[in-house]
Amino acid sequence: MSKRSVADLKIGERAVIQAFNDEVMSLKLLEMGCLPGAEVCMGSKAPLGDPICLHVSGYCLSMRKSEAATILVD
Amino acid sequence: MKPPIIALIGNPNAGKSSLFNQLTGLRQKTGNFPGVTMDRKSGPWSIDDQTTATVVDLPGVYSIYPKSLDEQVVTDILANPKHPDYPDVAIVVVDASNLHRNLLLFTQVADLGLPTILALNMLDVAKEQDKDVNAVRLAMRLGVPVVRINARTGEGADALRKAVMKQRQEPVLPGKPLFDPADEAPALIANTKAQYGLSNNYLALQYVIQHDGFTFLNEQQRKGLDTLIADHDFREVPFQAGETITRYKRIAQIVTEVVTDQRPIGKPTWTQKLDRVLLHPIWGYTIFALILLLIFQAIFAWAAPFMDGIDTGVAWLNGQLKESLPPGPLTDLLTDGILAGIGGILVFIPQIAFLFLLVSLLEESGYMARVMVIMDRIMRKFGLNGRSVVPLISGVACAVPAIMATRSIGTRRDRLITILVTPLMSCSARLPIYTILIALVVPSRRVLGIFNVQGLALMALYLLGLLSALLAAYVLKLILKTKERGYFIMELPTFKLPRWNHVGLTVWESVRAFVWEAGRVILAISIILWVLASYGPGDDIQQAEEAVRREQPTLSPDDLNNRIASERLEASYAGKFGHFIEPAIRPLGYDWKIGIALLSSFAAREVFVGTMSTIYSIGSGSDDEGVTIRERLQQERNPTTGGPMYTPALAWSLLIFYVFAMMCMSTLAATQRETKSWKWPTVQLIYMMALAYGAAFLTYQLMA
Repeated sequence: MSKRSVADLKIGERAVIQAFNDEVMSLKLLEMGCLPGAEVCMGSKAPLGDPICLHVSGYCLSMRKSEAATILVD
Repeated sequence: MKPPIIALIGNPNAGKSSLFNQLTGLRQKTGNFPGVTMDRKSGPWSIDDQTTATVVDLPGVYSIYPKSLDEQVVTDILANPKHPDYPDVAIVVVDASNLHRNLLLFTQVADLGLPTILALNMLDVAKEQDKDVNAVRLAMRLGVPVVRINARTGEGADALRKAVMKQRQEPVLPGKPLFDPADEAPALIANTKAQYGLSNNYLALQYVIQHDGFTFLNEQQRKGLDTLIADHDFREVPFQAGETITRYKRIAQIVTEVVTDQRPIGKPTWTQKLDRVLLHPIWGYTIFALILLLIFQAIFAWAAPFMDGIDTGVAWLNGQLKESLPPGPLTDLLTDGILAGIGGILVFIPQIAFLFLLVSLLEESGYMARVMVIMDRIMRKFGLNGRSVVPLISGVACAVPAIMATRSIGTRRDRLITILVTPLMSCSARLPIYTILIALVVPSRRVLGIFNVQGLALMALYLLGLLSALLAAYVLKLILKTKERGYFIMELPTFKLPRWNHVGLTVWESVRAFVWEAGRVILAISIILWVLASYGPGDDIQQAEEAVRREQPTLSPDDLNNRIASERLEASYAGKFGHFIEPAIRPLGYDWKIGIALLSSFAAREVFVGTMSTIYSIGSGSDDEGVTIRERLQQERNPTTGGPMYTPALAWSLLIFYVFAMMCMSTLAATQRETKSWKWPTVQLIYMMALAYGAAFLTYQLMA
């Protein structure tokens, strides 16, 4: 429960991906380069904090907050 | 002999389309992939003296596992050697500045065992990011030819041509696959290969995982694969996740060997700095609103001088023809029927060109993706999603490509709702109607120094369309329930300077499509209408003319001619038809003349203006050369009150009617094609028409 996810990151904060808590969503995220062990950095948030823009494997990926919540970080 | 097929494959934003434009230029053609309505862009490319290949531009994808309908096409072709577009050589365009992610798709394509070439693009962008890619080492590691290109400038096209020639003469196939499914599920792969006569392991895996989406397999073959999956207790989601992780692990190793990255850690790029402003809670929306305003200013104000020029030119030509040709029905057909129709089409080219110019500039620069991000949250409230923004904005140009653009929306319900509400966005075909009616009843004044009141009125109509689209979406969201979950995982491309040849091509293509596709319909209907308006049943027309001469012997020759002309129109087939429907449209303030135009505009809205010009140039006598349709409408008198026919109440009632009305057969056809049902186009037609009638009724009754 206490596990933090990408959705909890503040702008500019870095973290390393540990695991996913949603199998189907993870397929798409993996293909886009969100791999376990990869470092991510919260780039910016759209107004109202959703969706978010994430820097991962050398580029910028946008996703909804609910999707970011499926990526668990250390 | 059938020309060899060269397929261009790659991630979105990798430069695939630029390369395609470089190779084929203006000789490219847009058609459909067989069996699906996806746009298929292809064009000839001469690779040596004897051979001209056909280059096919496949939709951009991140992986061979499709996430939406348009991505399905890629796998459907690559997994089926009998497909007419199955490539002899596959060129995978790879963005060197993001080699890591781009190589995922490349290794999947290469593992299918096709003769593959890697086109290494955007080396300049990589350089700017202090990255250096060693193409020779990359080729050695991957076991395929690697060609350095610059898709924007066309650099490397010659080397690419040579590589294709070589791949055709003596194909170099990638040796050991990067990922071999037989390592993980040997029995399943072996059995699938044996049962379906396949020789490639990775292709066999695609059969297993993707057979539900493969159009080339029949019912029995699909069932057979289901049985195989059950027999081997195969779980596709973890398997696919494992595949992606394994691929990336091996790709990471290759990337560290071939890329030297000297980027200072933490140094923000230009794109990141820009994003801070463009995604800002206040500035982001302000900038977006200003850009929308700019688009409307361009369409209404900047296009005006060009439109006036075309208008005057056509009127002048019409006058010249009437003077030099002998008078008679044929001359009338040529001038009042055909030329009036052509004029009605040509005059909208400047607006359409401006619109597509600006929209494609936004797409090209990468800004459109930012718009999707800042709009997603708001759109979701209405049952739409950030990706619905592009169809909705394209809907301002034309609902047909807009509805086709909804294919990138992965969620079925979001997509259906977007399709149903997109035609409420005021398309360019409504612009002619808006322009003429606004010019009739709204003064051309400036407020605050820069904004034209007419431009603001136009913007209000567009906003009304947008608001009603959002409201309709909200209602649909409440009606259509779904368990399916939507997602919004999307790459934010780096900002780029627009490629002008690209923008030019888009503008040229859209103008050409409007003139040819819509133009033919408009012209045909204009001619038919002219005939219907010039002839009547039996000798009704002669009788009407004689009656006028008999009853009004004291009128001046000019008035007499006008009177005769309008009586003749009333007695014609078109006039009878208009009278027939008049009772139904009377409450909206329309007379039988407008009734004719309404009916004819169901084929396409823009026909309305053509019809009005046909009806009124016949109706007011045809000696007044150089008078435009706008002036004719101003002269039109209401027969009962004697005042102007086009009062603000009538004009606004018509305007409101056209904001909502589903007056476009092509849109209905597109909805039918995209939803594969007759239910949804019917729903769309009925709800929009009811909305139009109700709103126009209210407008007229309140204003009159």
